[in-house]
Parts: sequence; structure tokens; C-alpha cells
Amino acid sequence: MGNILSLTTFIPLLGAVILALFLRGDDAAAQRNAKWVAMVTTLVTFLTSLFILSNFNPDDTGFQMVETRSWLAGLQYKMGVDGISILFVMLTTFLMPLVIASCWNVTTRVKEYMIAFLILETLMLGVFMALDLVLFYLFFEAGLIPMFLIIGIWGGKNRIYASFKFFLYTFLGSVLMLVAMVAMFSQAGTTDIPTLMTFTFGSENFSILGVQIVGGMQTLLWLAFFASFAVKMPMWPVHTWLPDAHVQAPTAGSVVLAAILLKMGGYGFLRFSLPMFPIGSEVMGPLVLWLSAIAIVYTSLVALVQEDMKKLIAYSSVAHMGYVTMGIFAVNQQGIDGAIFQMISHGFISGALFLCVGVIYDRMHTREIDAYGGLVNRMPAYALIFMFFTMANVGLPGTSGFIGEFLVLVGIFQVNTWVAAIATTGVIFSAAYALWLYRRVVMGDLIKESLKTISDMTKRERVIFVPLVVMTLLLGVYPALVLDIIGPSVAALVENYETAVAGFETVGQVASH
Amino acid sequence: MISADIQIVMPEILLAVYAMLALLGAVYTTKDKMASLLTWVTSGLFVLLALWIGMNGQGTQTAFDGMFNDDAFARFAKVTILLSAAAVLVMSEAYMKRRGLLRFEYPILVALAVVGMMVMVSAGDLMALYMGLELQSLSLYVVASLRRDSVKSTEAGLKYFVLGALSSGLLLYGASLTYGFAGTTLFSGIIEATAHHPSLGLLFGIVFLLAGFAFKVSAAPFHMWTPDVYEGSPTPVTAFFATAPKVAAMALFARVVHDAFGDIVSEWQQIVAFLAVVSMFLGAIAAIGQKDIKRLMAYSSIAHMGFALMGLAAGTALGVQAMLIYMAIYVTMNVGTFAFILGMERDGRPVTSIESLKMYSKRQPLRALAMLVLMFSLAGVPPMVGFFGKFYVLRAAYDAGLGWLAVVGVIASVIGAFYYLRIVYYMYFGEETDALDGKMNPVLWTFLMASALIMLVGVVNLFGIEPMAASAAAALVN
Repeated sequence: MGNILSLTTFIPLLGAVILALFLRGDDAAAQRNAKWVAMVTTLVTFLTSLFILSNFNPDDTGFQMVETRSWLAGLQYKMGVDGISILFVMLTTFLMPLVIASCWNVTTRVKEYMIAFLILETLMLGVFMALDLVLFYLFFEAGLIPMFLIIGIWGGKNRIYASFKFFLYTFLGSVLMLVAMVAMFSQAGTTDIPTLMTFTFGSENFSILGVQIVGGMQTLLWLAFFASFAVKMPMWPVHTWLPDAHVQAPTAGSVVLAAILLKMGGYGFLRFSLPMFPIGSEVMGPLVLWLSAIAIVYTSLVALVQEDMKKLIAYSSVAHMGYVTMGIFAVNQQGIDGAIFQMISHGFISGALFLCVGVIYDRMHTREIDAYGGLVNRMPAYALIFMFFTMANVGLPGTSGFIGEFLVLVGIFQVNTWVAAIATTGVIFSAAYALWLYRRVVMGDLIKESLKTISDMTKRERVIFVPLVVMTLLLGVYPALVLDIIGPSVAALVENYETAVAGFETVGQVASH
Repeated sequence: MISADIQIVMPEILLAVYAMLALLGAVYTTKDKMASLLTWVTSGLFVLLALWIGMNGQGTQTAFDGMFNDDAFARFAKVTILLSAAAVLVMSEAYMKRRGLLRFEYPILVALAVVGMMVMVSAGDLMALYMGLELQSLSLYVVASLRRDSVKSTEAGLKYFVLGALSSGLLLYGASLTYGFAGTTLFSGIIEATAHHPSLGLLFGIVFLLAGFAFKVSAAPFHMWTPDVYEGSPTPVTAFFATAPKVAAMALFARVVHDAFGDIVSEWQQIVAFLAVVSMFLGAIAAIGQKDIKRLMAYSSIAHMGFALMGLAAGTALGVQAMLIYMAIYVTMNVGTFAFILGMERDGRPVTSIESLKMYSKRQPLRALAMLVLMFSLAGVPPMVGFFGKFYVLRAAYDAGLGWLAVVGVIASVIGAFYYLRIVYYMYFGEETDALDGKMNPVLWTFLMASALIMLVGVVNLFGIEPMAASAAAALVN
């Protein structure tokens, strides 16, 4: 099984090709077949990814199951996983069958819809496995195309604005990263990610147009990558595309966006920014911490006043991603462990919350919070599940949300007490907006005429939530499941970072003498 | 001696003789009835010549005391020119026939233009350069106004002629300055004259030469003719303008700056970088408001020329290689896109407004998908091959110390992405309007699909053009 990673990555693409070539017609039977082909494809992908997980050795901090083939112009096709990336791969393959199941009610252009999601899965898996700069960029950027179409074709009323904003925003961020990659290629002579992780880019200060660049080349490269990942993450103040994209995207699109696509930013920081530009990270790290702190407080407050459920959850995502960036740039074991944990857990929780919105949107075709109220009377099962994920979103102990936030706060407290204090207030705000949302939608008397006939969740809908509930609880009470896998790789990352930064500090002291 | 020289220019001679014989034959016999046949024969001949040049050519040879070069660079450019011209000719046949535009002069003029282009890319002397350039330009002026009874087409031809003549004038002035200060018209002599300290007159010569070339490649700020000529000419002619002549002019550009001025890269680098920046931004921004897809493609080509010039601005072998790859990819994308535009009809009449594409995907999913691939490729989004063109160019520019140019370029490409996305938006997200005709000529269909497929499959190894472009660049820059 030398090429299990490529196999896993390209199975969804194969499914998409099969759909495109062999499925004809647009009647009910064809639509059902399309959904089943997509479902089976994603399930098979999940099974092969389980195989990857079982072959993975957490104590080995290097890349495993590596495949290398030569490609164009000194580039290479290289895939591999390590402790940091493997769980993102698992998250993707785990969620995709649920995403497919959640769009069982879609009736417009079903075949194309399924093809878009399958291609998207291939590209997302590629992002997390690629071990070549340009290959990574290729997957990273290509993911914009299916998402652009998903928002634009199957989205809501204002979908065109949202899809263009999504595409151009993220495109602008990532082309700067492309230039940085070209610069790295030119300086290091290779695009091999493992080699680049041990390559030291120049960090001598220089000035451009009279502006002194502390950390030199590393800071510039760091900034270029930051432009891309900060938009993807998204970090305040470049988060404004996210609420629009979320609100307009169809439910399944929102789930993928929140649960997986956003994680690419965090993954990028861990894969590129920290190990390749430790000095750049050291120089710019405090900025990220403060931006994250602002993001947590500001977007939580903004979430409080939203009238659209999806927008509220979107802002809550931005706030939660604030914890992730904060944890990453605390650069210690707890912080990064917490950040990765938070990303995984947010994948389940935010995905589930968007699915929850989808359930009632399918029935009422509105996301206005004011249009609902008292759903508990007619939808007890829904009320239970929605409550569970609301609590998880708040970070109730016992759910995975708590572990992530707690670890991050522990990590950040060792670095910057003020930021930690500000970030902690975010926990309170998140309780405020989440519980208030829940109260307005679910609790109270059912007085709205239109809601009198609303029906509870169907069997299909319940089944979708089961795996998510299980994972959220499981990670909440037994976090070692995740931490044992990522721990050694994170430890190695932190150690390398500290060595590099220590070198920089001594050089700095010598220079100042 | 002379026979060896003639051996080297054999492909050009063959094509020129063919064009004249065809002209005689057509004039004395059946006139326009032969046009269809001539079109196919001409493009067949192009393909044969491309194969011949591609297979046979080896090493570097010069003919006529250095006035004519046959090297890997010229061969790469010639094959690209011949193949794209053949593709466009084949695509235009049915379109022109149905509109009564298929005159026998069309394939013959195209053949003569191609002869001119082949001389251009092989030129080793300012005289040979000018001869090739004028042969090409004069043929193109006529082709632009092929639709004699249309005001727009006539206007296009006239505009093209007047501005083209102006640019030829600039170029000639630059050539005469260069000759005056270098004492020779041979590139090999000019490069010796510039080796030590180029005189001010020579620098002026370079500036005027470059301005002339910028006209021909339609780089801003010398681009004014492009949108009008693109819009006014019959669509097959526009398709031709967008492909082969662009490659020829760009190759000529590279030929002169490296063969004649290769030792003073720093003197012309800023000019080329300036042209690149202005073209990229003008192409990207001015295209946003366009409603006509042909005008849009005109601005798109200006932006693309900016990118190709970025490779040239590097002034290195890597830069020339990047430029050649970029042009080859650009031509392939444009052939596919124009195949699509040629197929846009409503009730049998050609339509070029972008709005007519509304919801095209619903009725023609496959064609819309092919166009989507081409649009993302033009925008430079991976995994489409268009991305690799940009990647090579950026790398060349960065390696040559033009990091700022790379940054500016990618920002322009983001602005440019908007209007490609807009076409996708009309095809996929818009509201339905009057449908375009469902039928599409099978030839056009084939070219559209082939081009889109190349854009997707090329990600594997770019069909091996990378080493070819590398050896071509090595032949030019040493």
C-alpha cells in the first residue's frame, strides 16, 4: 500500500468522474443515484482514511507514508502525513458522508452538486497531505472553484455578491502567498516541504523604502503567508467575507466551509509559518495574539446583535478561530495542542450547528431568528440536539469545546496574561449569544401561526447528528484520543521553533553589543 | 553556399511559393469556390510544416551572413505559430462560409502573414526583421477589413493600418538610430557595439524599437488599436489576431532584446517591466466594464501580454523560457475560447454580448463546463494550466531580482480574475434569457473540448513543452 494517500485523495475525484460520465438524466431516479454514488464514494474514502490512521505511528514526528514523484520544473508530487495533518484528513473524510447525507433534499442540479462536493473533498484532502509548496498551493487554490460554484449556483438570494466576495478575497490573499513560495523556491532551490522546514531563511534586518524590516526576509515571507491564511481562517479584520459566504451558501456548503475549509488557515500556520519562519513568527506573533483577542471580543459582540441565525454562527466561528490563532502563536505545547484540538472540535460543533439551522430552514425557508420561537413544543428531539451543540459551542465541560478553549487559555496564559484575560471574557460572551439564540429560537410558547405545523426531525436527520454527538462527547471526556496523536509532532515543532528563536536572540544580543 | 542558405529557409520559401501559386490558381480558375478547399489545404500545409520544423531542426544555423537564424528558439516559436494558425483557419471555415465571407484571399493572406511571422522570429538583422514584420502586418490589415460592406470591419482595418503604420514608423526610426550608432544592422554586430558602453543614440534606438514592438504585441500604453480591431474584425480574424501574431511579435521582441541588446539588459529591463505593469493593470481594469466578449478578450490579451513581458523583463534564459511557455499556453487557451465565441449564435446570427450567455450551463452543460475551465485557466487559477504559465513567469521575474514586479503582477491578476468570473457567473448563476442556438459546428466543438481538456490534463507534465522551451531559451540567451 505504497500510495494509500494518493488513493484516498483521488477516490472522490474518481467518484466525480464516474458521476459526470455515466449518470444521465435529471429525473428522480437519476438524482437518487447521484446521491448514492456520492455517498458510497465518501464512505469508501472514509474507510481508506481509517486505514491510514491505523498505519500511523504517533511517536514518529516525521512524515509518514510518503510518496514522491517528480513533476514539472523541479517541483514534485509529494504526499505524506504527520501528527499535525493526519487528524485534519480524518476530520474531512469523517464529515463528508454527513455533508452528502445533509443534502438529500436538494433537487436542483443534483448531479453537479454532488460532483462539486466530491471534487472539493479531493482538493481538501490534498491540502492536508501535500508535501510540496506548489502542490499545496494547487490544492489550496483549486478549492475555491467548487466552493465558488456551490455558493453561486445553490446559494441564497444574495449569492452572487457572496460568491464573488469569497473568491476574490481569498484569491488576493493566496496570490501573495504564491509570490512568497516563488521566493522560497528561488532561495532554497527546492519546494520540498520537509526540506524547507529545516532550511533557515535569512533574518537580517533590512529596510524597504525607508521602513526597517525586523526579521528581514523571514518577516516578509511570513507576512505573505499570513495574508493568505488570515483571510482563510478568517481573522479579524479580514473576516468580512465569511458571514456573507455562510449566509448565502446552501447548508452543506456552510458545513464544509466552517468545518473544514477554515481549518486550512490554521493548518497553514502550523505547517508553514511556525516551522519555516520561526523568526518572522517571533517578530509578528504578538500582533497575532492581539488581533485574536480583538477578534474574540469584537466578533462575539457582533454575534449578539445578529438577526440571522447563520450569520450569528458565522461570527461565532470567527471568535472560535481567534482561540486557534492565539493558541498557535503562543507556541507552546498546550497552546498548539489546544489550537489543533479546537479546530477538530469546532469542525464537529460548527458543522452540527449549521446542520441544525439547515433542519429548520428546510421547513420554514427562513433563517430569521424572529421567525422562530417555541420550537421545543413541536420538535423535542431537535431542541435536545440543538441544545447539546449550543452547549458544546459555549464550551461546557464534558464537550470537546471545553478542552480546546481551556488548553489554549492555559497556553496563552504562560505567554501573555493580558491577552489571556481578554480572551477569557470571550467565553462569557459566547455563552451569552449562544444561549440567547437558543432561547429565542427554541424556548417559550409557540405563538407563530406558521410554526404550528412544523414537524420534528426525520430519521435521516437524526442519523446525521449521531456521529457528531458521539465525537463531541467522546473528545470531551477522553481528549487523549486526539492529544496522543498530535502530541509528539507538536512537541517537535515547539522544540525546533525554540531552538531557532534562541539562535536569533543570541545573534541579536551580539549585534547590539 | 547559397544552396546551404536556401536549405535553411526552405520552409518559408515553400510556404511563400505555395501562397503565390494558390493565388494564381484561384484568380485564374474558380475564385471563391476554391476558398473552402484552400483553407483546408493551407492549414494542412501549416501542420506539415510544423511537423517538419519540429522534427527535423537541430542545432543553430544561420543563413545569408547572419540575417536569418534557424535555432531552437525560432523553431519553438514557428511551431506554435503554425499550429495555432492552422487551428484558427480550420475553425473559421464554416463560420465564414455561412456568412459569405469565405473569399479565397483569406487563407492566402493568412499564409503570407505566417511567412512574415516565420521570418520575424528568425530574423538576425534589422532589415530581415522589418521585412517579416511588414509582410505580416500588411496581410493582417487586409484580413481585418475582410467584411467589406461592414462599417465596423472597415473601420477596424483602417484603424489597424494607421496605427500599425505609425508603429512601423517608430520602429524604423529606432532601427535607423541603432544602425547609425552601431554601424551595422546585423544583431551580431549590434551586440558587439553595445558591449562596452552603449551610446545615448543607441539607447534612443532601443526605446523606439521597443515602442514599435509594444504596438505589435498590444502592450499598454500602445494598445489603443486592440479593442476596436478585435471588435470590428470578423470573429475568426479576431481569433487569428489573438493567437499567432501575438506569439510572433513576442518572439521577435525576445529575439531583438537578447540577440542585439543581450549585453545591456539593465538598459531595457526597466522599459519592459514598465510595459508589463501598465499592460497588466490596464488589461485587468479596463476589461471589467466590457459588455462585448470580443472586446473583453482584447483587454484580456493586453493583460496576458503584460504577464509574458514580465518574463521577458527578467532578461534571463529562465525568463525567455517562461515567456515561451506562457505564450504556448495562452495561444491554446485562446483557440478554445474563440472556438466557443465562434459558436455563439442566435437564430444563426453571431452574438457577442456577454449577457447572452445567461444560464448557458442549463442547456449546454458540457460546453459551459469547457468554457468554465478555460476561464479559470485564463484567470490563472490552479489546477488549470494557465496557472503554470503565471508560475514560471513569476519565478523568472523573482529570480532576476524583480520581486516587486511579481507582487504587482499577482495583484493585477486578482483584479483580472473578476471578469473571467463574470463570464462564469452569467453561464451558471444568471437568470434565463433568450437561448443561444444549441447547435455548434463539430469542428468548433472539438477545438473547444480539446483546449479545455489540455488545460486540465496539462497539470501532469504540460505535455513536455517545458524542456523544449528550456532548450529554445538556451539557444537565444547564452
